[in-house]
Formats: sequence, C-alpha cells, structure tokens
Amino acid sequence: MSETPTYIGFEEYSEHVPASIPSAVQQATSRFVGGRAARVAELPQWEELRQIGSDIRLHTIENMDVYLTRLEEKVKLAGGHVHWAETAEDARRIVLQIAKAHNVKMAVKSKSMATEEIGLNHFLEAAGIAALETDLGEYIIQLAGTGPSHIIVPAVHLKKEEIAALFSEKLNIHAPADPLELARIAREILREKFLQAEMGISGGNFLVAETGTLVMVTNEGNGRMCTTLPDLHVALVGIDKVIPDWESLTVFLKLLARSATGQKLSTYTQFITGPRHAEGEFGPKEFHLVLLDNGRSNVLKDPVGREVFKCIRCGACSNVCPVYKNVGGFAYGSFISGPIGAILSPQMLGTPAARELPYASTLCGACADVCPVRIPIPTILRHLRRRVAEGDEFSKPSIPLPLRGTAALASVALAWNWIYRLGARILPAINPFFRRDGWLSGLPYPLSRWTKVRPLPAFSAHFRQWWNVHSAEQRENSR
Amino acid sequence: MSKAQLFLTCLGDQFYTSTLQNMTHILERLGMELVFPPEQTCCGQPLFNNGFEDKTRAVALNFIRAFSKSDAPIIGPSGSCVSMVKHHYPFLFKDGTPEHALAVDIASRTFEFTEYLVNVLKVTDVGAVYPHKVTYHASCHYLREMGLKTEAKALLNAVKGLEFISLKEEETCCGFGGAFTVTYPEVSRSMMENKVRDILASGADTVVTCEPGCLMNVAGGLHKAGSKIRAMHIIDLLAIRESNVP
Repeated sequence: MSETPTYIGFEEYSEHVPASIPSAVQQATSRFVGGRAARVAELPQWEELRQIGSDIRLHTIENMDVYLTRLEEKVKLAGGHVHWAETAEDARRIVLQIAKAHNVKMAVKSKSMATEEIGLNHFLEAAGIAALETDLGEYIIQLAGTGPSHIIVPAVHLKKEEIAALFSEKLNIHAPADPLELARIAREILREKFLQAEMGISGGNFLVAETGTLVMVTNEGNGRMCTTLPDLHVALVGIDKVIPDWESLTVFLKLLARSATGQKLSTYTQFITGPRHAEGEFGPKEFHLVLLDNGRSNVLKDPVGREVFKCIRCGACSNVCPVYKNVGGFAYGSFISGPIGAILSPQMLGTPAARELPYASTLCGACADVCPVRIPIPTILRHLRRRVAEGDEFSKPSIPLPLRGTAALASVALAWNWIYRLGARILPAINPFFRRDGWLSGLPYPLSRWTKVRPLPAFSAHFRQWWNVHSAEQRENSR
Repeated sequence: MSKAQLFLTCLGDQFYTSTLQNMTHILERLGMELVFPPEQTCCGQPLFNNGFEDKTRAVALNFIRAFSKSDAPIIGPSGSCVSMVKHHYPFLFKDGTPEHALAVDIASRTFEFTEYLVNVLKVTDVGAVYPHKVTYHASCHYLREMGLKTEAKALLNAVKGLEFISLKEEETCCGFGGAFTVTYPEVSRSMMENKVRDILASGADTVVTCEPGCLMNVAGGLHKAGSKIRAMHIIDLLAIRESNVP
C-alpha cells in the first residue's frame, strides 16, 4: 500500500489552485523570508559558512558508504539497533515488526518527512496501530487527512479560521480562530496520548557518524516527548542525512535554523545516542534506527542530480520561490514540495511520473541564492529537463511527442537563418487580424496560451530593413 | 573609434524595432562603430532551457558563425540572452573541438548593453532627460546569472529629471520565464498579476526593465489591467533627449 504517486499533474493542479492557498502561503513565507534575512545579516561569515556546508555535504555524498558503515557501528556500540530498508515497503515492514514485537497499540510521532515519504501512518493504521502526529502542524494535517504542503510548516496552506473550523468539526468542540487557543486544545489532547503511547516514532535532521548520534531540531517540545516518554523509540531516517562528525554538525546547526525559521537556534536541539544506559536516565529502553534508501543509492550515481542530497530541509527555497508561493505545496504532488521537490521527485519517482516538475520554475534562481548548502537548483532543473526532453543514461525521454516535434522544427528554423528571416518578414502580416489598441489578442494555439493571460505586442520586425538604410547613411556621412 | 557588433536577440528582432534603433543611436553617440551580422537568429536559450541541449547546438553554431566574422565585442539588449552565450555556450561543445574554442572566444566578448556602458565604457550619463517617476523591475537572469545589481540604477540615476521609486519585491520574478508562460499559463498569470499589483502601488508612472521578455509580460499585464503606466526597456528611456520628452 504505497502512497507513491504514479503521475504528478502539476499543470492540472495549477489551473485550479484554491484561492485561499496563495494568500495563506504568501503571508507565512514572507515572515520567514524577513526573519532569515535579519539573521543572515548578523553573520558576516555567512557566505563562507554556506560554502563549508556545501563542501561537507558533497564530501559526505561522495563517501556515503564509509560514513554509513561508521554510523551503524557506533549506533550499535551505543546499544541501539540498526535496520537497513532498501525500499519503502521494507521500511514499513520493519517498523511494523518492531511495533508488533512490543505489542504496540498506539505510536506518537514527531514530524518526519521520511515517514511521509513511505506513507507510514496509513500503513500502521491499517495494521491496527494508531499513529498520532504530535507536531502541531502535522496534527492539523492529520486531522484534515492531507499530506504536508511545506517542508517545515506542513499546514502553511491553512489560515487560522480554517484550522478552527477543522478542530470544531473533527474534535466535536467549539474552537475559536485564535492560534494560542488552538495550540492549547491540541496540547491538552496530545499530553494524554504521550503518556499512553507504547512507541515513539521520529525522523531525524542529522546522523553524526562519529558517535552514532541522531540529531533532532525542533521547536515545540513534542519531539522530546516522543523520544523519551515511551519505552520504545524508532527513528526512520534517509541515508542522505548522515554527516561525518560533530564539527560538521556545528556548521549545519548554524545554517539550518537561520535559513528555516529565522532563528539563531531552534528551541530544542536533541542529541540521541542509543537508548538509556541505566535506570533513571532519560530515554527509551530500546532505540531502533531504520535507515531508508528507497531509491537514494540510485540517485547517488548521477554526479549532477545527486547534489539534491546536500539538502538540510530548511524550506528557504520554497519561501522565496514565486512559483511555490502562487500554487502552494500540493501542486508538487509529493511529500517534498517547492523547488527542492521539483528536483527531488523526478529523481526519486522517475521522470515519466514527475516530468512536469522540472518545468515548474521560471529558472529565476531565487532558490539558489538562499540555499544554505548552495544546491545549484536551476542547474539541476535544466539537467532534469534534459532528461525529460532528450533522455540520458538514467532515463529515456518522457516528453510528449508533439513537443519534441515542435523543438525539432524550432531548431531547424533558428539554425537555418534564411528560414528565420523569412518568418520574420511574414509574421507582421498577421497583425491586422488580431490587433486591438496596438496589441495582439486571441491568437491561435500555441500563442493562445500567452494571450489568454495578457496581450502580445504586435510583430514589428523592421530593424533589419532600417539598418540597411541607416548604415548606408552612416557610410555616406563618414566619407 | 571602437567597434561593436549588434546582437538583436530574437524577441528584440520580432517585437522591439525601436529599442534596437535606440540601442544603435546611443552606442553611436558614444562613438562606437557598429556592425550588424544579418545571419543572427536566436541564441537558442528557449531550446536549451527546455532540455533540448542537442537541438541547441545547431542554433548556437549559427550564432557563433555569424559573430565570428569580426573580433569586435558583441552587445545585446538582454541579460538573459547574453548569459546564455556567456555562461552556457562553452558547455555545449566538447573541450578541444574547434567549436568549443570559438564558443569560449564568443562568450568572452559578449556583453549586456548596460554592462557594456557602465563597466566597459565607464559611462553612466548618456545625456538622457526624463522628468518622471520611474520604478525598476530587476530581471532574474540579468540580476542573478549576470550579477548586474547596480548598473541599471546607475544609468537611471544619471537621467536628468528622473525621480527613482523603489519597487516592492523588485527582485521577484515577473512570471515570464520564456516557455514557462505557455507551459503553465495560470501560474505565470498569478506571478505577473503580483508584479503588476506592486507596480501599480509604487506610485511611479513608468516601469523600466532591461529584458525584452519581462517587458512583454509586464507591459501586457499593465495594458490588460487598464493602467496608463508606461513599461519601457531601459534603452528606450536612455534614448530620450530634451527635444522628445513625453
């Protein structure tokens, strides 16, 4: 029961974006953009830090086997269990087996994109195990029955009034449209669940190979409850989250919160090295780390595309992306949205399923400007567009045939300059048929897709004729 | 007299004859001797940016051949097209091939118009007069790929009578993005409408950009909104003299 989408229809979604989404998203993201800019301005060495972060991530990507082996060894040394999940299905099965072995009826979860990736909640529910989200945003979207629409703010598409209505309906209470009150209601419900749950499930922001430490960066405190109250903690983490050592971690902790929420440091930064070692210590009796591959090893073979795994999941690229801000996260059809989703999904799901996503960008480059680890997002978008259009060693072309034909014709017309020049002389002849107030409107396909939004300037290709006269005059004058 | 070659760009060629004439006049007034290679068509960016790298090569070769007849610098009215030639051409051809050598040479002497004026000729005052409130949209490739942050503003600041007004979200994309406009017209629409909203709110009577693509999009959007705000390529503004102030 995979939740992997078989085809992501970005265009179709983009034609029916609910009007409330862009306004909610723009309000929230502009706050983050402002906060980020202020924190970044305080650090004169910010650009150097970005470069160091990028270098470390690249180094880790290139030596992932070494660091993963070290990580496994250290986690085991600390008394934890390590499981390798090659596919999403493996990961779901492993988590279920652990849960069943401990007679788990209910699991509390802290926010994790990896569990979204494998659709863990629905799978556990189907197996009779309740999986309750405890991050406020995740709790909200779980009530709403949707996935996240932003990497760090899963319910960013909802306004407080909509959340109040949702709480009122699902919890059968009267909830006011007041964020503090809504948080209080959720907290009250969740407190009880934390005490009942037999298992805590988390993701992880980083895995420090040096000591086998799981690092969690959170703001609400629920992550800590999930990983300390139940006797059993299962962390599901993508293999791309491994970093070499604590020294590298200091770099990423400086980059992450500033880029994500505009904080110097998030409220909670947890370091979990194995289970509790003695009675009276905090932490669970058992700690399991499930390392998720799910196609990552395959992506790692592409020296251009794999830079996507430098990502530290801050969401800064989404916050500045004008496309994301106008369509919201659901348009990207997968658990990771925004520009990073547009370069991740086509690689994880394959270009046939996600061929529209690399084109969901104007290549404006705002994302690359803010990325804390300097992922060259526009370059990777072009790289994946090439995979879609012409195919490469990783995939056959997946673009519709008429578009390939159009490109072939355009290539000929632009390369054989007499065809282009002939066309330039003919095009102005259509002006009289479509001109209104000096602009062209109602043009036939494919230009209809331009004129449905705004008129086109009239064709006016007479520079070349003018130049002949002008240059003759210039020669005359200089004689 | 220093020489230069005129790079029209295909959008300039098809839609903006007067901008190209003004580019010619300004450069000649600054003492440049201009040549115009008529074999030029398009730089190939629309194909390249849509993933048709193999099909871009033939188009790029046409451009390279057209401009290789002279060793004079190449000047164009678009940061985006210039960036294509400057930053992407060298990667289209295998290292060590004659095409690659030509591409690298062409790339090294291709300049965006304002870049050439401000950074090469060291000119900011071209004698323009424009007593109006002017705001500025920073085009994406001009700003980020070419790294031109101050050049356009330096030129505008030197225009007699011009009052500069900052645009909210000056550096946010207008929604053009080449084929993006026809691939995802509804997203392009939302982005364009946000840009138009900010321009209307600025209080300026003129908006300037250095990119024919953005100009088509923003001017069309303003026209559709029924606005009287003038959208201009910076070249057209810089060509205005005392005698023809609108």
